[in-house]
Amino acid sequence: MKQHAEQMRMDRRDFLKVSILASGALLIGVGRKGSPQAGGVENDVWKPNLYVRIETDGTITIVSKNPEAGQGVKTAFPMVVAECLGVDWQNVTVEQAALDDRYGRQAVGGSRGTPDGWDDLRIAGTGARYLLTAAAASEWGVPMEECTAGKGVVIHEASGKTRRYESLLEIAAALPVPDVSELKLKSRPAEFELLGTFVPGVDNPKIVTGQPLFGCDTRLPGMLYAIYEKCPGYGGRVRKANVDQVRKLPGVTHAFVVDGGSDLTGLLPGVAIVAKTWWAAQSARKHLRVDWDTSHADATADYDRQARALRDAAGETLRTDGDVAGALDAASTVVEASYYYPFVSHANMEPQNCTALYHDSGRLELWAPTQNPKGGRQLIAETMGIAEDDIHVNLTRIGGGFGRRLRHDFMVEAAWIARETRRPVQLQWSREDDMRHDFYRPAAWHHFKAGVDRNGKMIAFDHHFVTFARNGETVSGAGLSPDHYPAGLVPNFRLRQSLIETNVPTGPWRSPGHSAYCWAYQSFFDEVALAAETDPLEFRLELLAKSYGKPPLDLARTSATLALAAEKAGWGRRALGPNRGMGMGFHFDHGGFVSHVAEVVADGSNIRVEKVYSAADVGPIINLSGARNQVEGAVTDALSTAQLEITFENGAAAQSNFNDYDLLRINQAPAIECHFIQSDNSPTGLGEPPFAAATPAIANAIFAATGTRIRELPFSRSGISI
Amino acid sequence: MSQVTLRINGQAHTVDVPSDMPLLWALRDLLNMTGTKYSCGIGTCGTCTVLVDGVPMRSCVMPAISMAGVEITTIEGLDPQGNHPVQKAWNDEDVPQCGYCQGGQILTASALLERNPNPDDQDIDAAMSGVLCRCGTYSRIRKAIRRAAKYAAEQGGAA
Repeated sequence: MKQHAEQMRMDRRDFLKVSILASGALLIGVGRKGSPQAGGVENDVWKPNLYVRIETDGTITIVSKNPEAGQGVKTAFPMVVAECLGVDWQNVTVEQAALDDRYGRQAVGGSRGTPDGWDDLRIAGTGARYLLTAAAASEWGVPMEECTAGKGVVIHEASGKTRRYESLLEIAAALPVPDVSELKLKSRPAEFELLGTFVPGVDNPKIVTGQPLFGCDTRLPGMLYAIYEKCPGYGGRVRKANVDQVRKLPGVTHAFVVDGGSDLTGLLPGVAIVAKTWWAAQSARKHLRVDWDTSHADATADYDRQARALRDAAGETLRTDGDVAGALDAASTVVEASYYYPFVSHANMEPQNCTALYHDSGRLELWAPTQNPKGGRQLIAETMGIAEDDIHVNLTRIGGGFGRRLRHDFMVEAAWIARETRRPVQLQWSREDDMRHDFYRPAAWHHFKAGVDRNGKMIAFDHHFVTFARNGETVSGAGLSPDHYPAGLVPNFRLRQSLIETNVPTGPWRSPGHSAYCWAYQSFFDEVALAAETDPLEFRLELLAKSYGKPPLDLARTSATLALAAEKAGWGRRALGPNRGMGMGFHFDHGGFVSHVAEVVADGSNIRVEKVYSAADVGPIINLSGARNQVEGAVTDALSTAQLEITFENGAAAQSNFNDYDLLRINQAPAIECHFIQSDNSPTGLGEPPFAAATPAIANAIFAATGTRIRELPFSRSGISI
Repeated sequence: MSQVTLRINGQAHTVDVPSDMPLLWALRDLLNMTGTKYSCGIGTCGTCTVLVDGVPMRSCVMPAISMAGVEITTIEGLDPQGNHPVQKAWNDEDVPQCGYCQGGQILTASALLERNPNPDDQDIDAAMSGVLCRCGTYSRIRKAIRRAAKYAAEQGGAA
């Protein structure tokens, strides 16, 4: 029996080790009993692990490993370490890590930062606190269990003895490191002191005084500025360019053709112009004449006609549950509608840029506003034949990501130009480059048919999804999981898919897929509820009451957010005046459950979105301010994006700047009231989940206020303006 | 190339510029003052806003040579210590998400409070609608401007 318990313990320990490895991080100093620490106290600094540094003068530095793109990770991650280390937040200095494989995943995307980092960060903080506590206990000759640590001090309550952390470094550094299984990790909101409070961003002081932070703020001695002209039609090659003339223009130092390849996510063919200022490079561009070979580019873009032709096609059946045709025949009400959403751009406020320095030794150094530095390093290594070990990537603050900076085209372009010129170079895309060479959120068409029985229950759901593909494979951001709700919530279900070929570059765009199709689903649910004369809230709660087979989402957590948003909005409990309406939507994606209720006022077809009530369950909240910011931002982004579209003419994007792709402005922005259900579930991210359900909540409210059902985006296609 | 003397944040800087070079690029590439950010280049997004004799202007479309004899305030110069009521309110309300547009937002807000120490939401929307924020910080900007108005009143002076 004892042996069995020992075996269990070993299994547990192995499991923890594997967990750490699974996250990809190497936590020096914690994880393996008896393993050495990173080092003793050197130059008055103790580094128990990769995240924590404590100095003998009391300075505490916490390293933030992931890039900061506005999702708040540079504040939230160090908060987790500080909570577990037991130090006052105002005494903490946060430092941005460079790309360093010892940290494991260092990327912004998929709302994965928080769930991936949660264990490592708590282990790092708790492990260091464990060593400091053990150090004090050994000094006092008391059992460690009698000591507590917090606010930078270890206390032995029985004797009243205290020691500040910085006085314990030498002793702590000499101790054997604990096994992870010996660490008691805080996990529940009730245990937190710092987590869950409102903490302003650590970079705010620099942002409000305009200090350098962003990729484009990088300045190196002797640095030159570059632009890179690519074919407006995707994949076009350079036949000829007047680079000899361009090179003679004022301020220009280099102008050359880059052959590039055919991978739209890699180094594309183009012409680089390098100059002493960006303005000189950009001005020289007006005199650049390129003869493009567009035989490889797609002239596009007759997508509407192709989609119409496919509407009644059989398509490929991706999932069938029960008997859809039979259930539709038996239904007392059948509702049918088609929905369309367009391509949209990421439109980061900071256009793509990257600074690169190629050393004579063959080493390449980059300053990159990238969401995925490792991917950028890999692309450069493969394209340029440089070993990954010879590429060093500094992570700058990012002026907006939303998925755009998961692609690395701008990094490999900068690296190529720097190697060609042997000068430090900052490649800065113009706004027009940025909008014309995006990886767009793909458009799609949804043809729905639903059957409702006599009791108002949806018994059949037939869905034909028309989306985009290249060589028969759905393009990035265009897929739809056959297991996505309402699959599993309706006894008779069918999903069919038809494909349209495209050469337009597409990619992840905030809450990929979800940010678009949730609007179609949740708008159609309202149509079905109204046809069945059921309240939209009751209809949805009924839909979430039971699953058929494996549930597509946690029914209870989803329903709870919907009920909370409805309660806060006063759904069904207060009389709305004339020309006023409310609408709702729920969703689950990237580990988060979020529902919204929107309230709008209509003046004819002109809509004011007055207020949005949001309820989210992503487990415990790390930074209340950051979490609310993500919800407020996503709701605003959803309203903004519902009014935007990218169209294609002659194989190129027709929009190129904010004059024809006009983001939401403050006078159009709603007030947002945000509520969190702080469950004891492990925390998940918030960058993406609050977006999806906001669009349908607003669209459904517009219907309630005006009687106009929006089945196409942008809103202007239905004559609606905000 | 033409020579021009720019008065920026109380200091004179003499630079040689092409006649069509916008102030934005003189700041960023000639003077290495990178607080003023490029975003649209056509004067439509407000990210590059600076104050010209206290009035918010788009530095991406104003030729630098036309700026002789005026006082230019960039985000670096509003208060380098960050103690201007608007800067303090921006931090305390934690307005920034990515932060890229916020220099333009802060300077525009400070000009609003100079001429209207107690703006309501409509005044705020009217004054701030020229500056885009892709992250969607608008509801916080409203709160922060109200808070800045309070801070300014407590300090007993104009913002």
